[in-house]
Amino acid sequence: MLSKIVRTVTNEFMPVIIIFGLYIIAHGHLTPGGGFQGGAVIVSGVVMLLVAFNHQEVRKVLRERLLSIMESTGALIFIGLAFAGIGTAFAYNFLVGTPIFGRIPPTGPNPGDIWTGGVIPLMNFAVGLKVAAGLTAVVLAMALFSSGEEIEE
Amino acid sequence: MRRQVTGLILLLVLVAFLVWGMQLIHPFGYPDASNMDDYMIENAQKETGSNNVVTSVVFDYRLVDTLGEATILFTAVTGVLLLLRTLRRKKESS
Amino acid sequence: MMEHIPLNFPFLAAALLIGISVYILIFKRNLIKLIMGIGMLASGVNLFLVALGYRAGGGAPIYTGTPEETMVLPVPQALTLTSIVINVAVLALMLTMVILIYRHTGSLDSEKSRKMKG
Repeated sequence: MLSKIVRTVTNEFMPVIIIFGLYIIAHGHLTPGGGFQGGAVIVSGVVMLLVAFNHQEVRKVLRERLLSIMESTGALIFIGLAFAGIGTAFAYNFLVGTPIFGRIPPTGPNPGDIWTGGVIPLMNFAVGLKVAAGLTAVVLAMALFSSGEEIEE
Repeated sequence: MRRQVTGLILLLVLVAFLVWGMQLIHPFGYPDASNMDDYMIENAQKETGSNNVVTSVVFDYRLVDTLGEATILFTAVTGVLLLLRTLRRKKESS
Repeated sequence: MMEHIPLNFPFLAAALLIGISVYILIFKRNLIKLIMGIGMLASGVNLFLVALGYRAGGGAPIYTGTPEETMVLPVPQALTLTSIVINVAVLALMLTMVILIYRHTGSLDSEKSRKMKG
């Protein structure tokens, strides 16, 4: 546990970091970014939490079963969207033209519209979920293993 | 002593080969074979519907590569969690 | 307008990074320094991939906002993204094995953990 100033500043900064990571994931088809980059930003926020607090306190909030369910859900959504357009080909973008996410932007430079992109924003969300949950589990396992001598499951 | 001299000679041969090879590539800033990229820059907005050409290459034109990369990430996370678990149980029972 | 950069300097920087990391892999014995050398090798290869797709006077390949006239090639940037994620996965597995080796033998020297006991 670090001093009181570090703990208070960490408590104030965590929602800002998580919202910034979700913004990078959600606008992946308009600005530079996407699923992998936004997931890495969220994991860096969790690492800051691990450094400021004791690792046993963090373990009470993030359980391992929840992280495993989140990662498997992300992988299943990704494979489901790849198989959903199997009428034409394996990985076909079947949402372009339909009113869910399928407007087509005008050619040339334009201010972006968020309801474009076809199946790309949904895949950004699935990959971001998978990367965030997986790398959080790895960092948590390494921190618990190398410094905990009395761990009870 | 002989091992270090052999290592130094091999390192010098590798660096000389790399520096010589970098002079034979196209001059920096003027790529010569860019037919596929020109097609993607022109037709990415009509066919995929997104403004970001790099994201549409990663998630629409080359989706199978991204599927393989997600599989590698999943396997690595499973392997790390598997290796750091059995020793915890051995410390419990001892 | 066809002014070429002498000696193809960005490619030379990537070759220098690869040369330094091979020197680390041959001559150093500490396990953590070897892992740092492998990470530096990954950085050199990624720099080479991104520098291959540059067009003189070009901007980012994104249509939102006000871009410039020509755009750089987008495909090497997509390949670099995949390469970075794969390097993170391999580095995580290597660090886990270093933790287990330290717990098993008690030292971080790579010469002491060469013999395999039956």
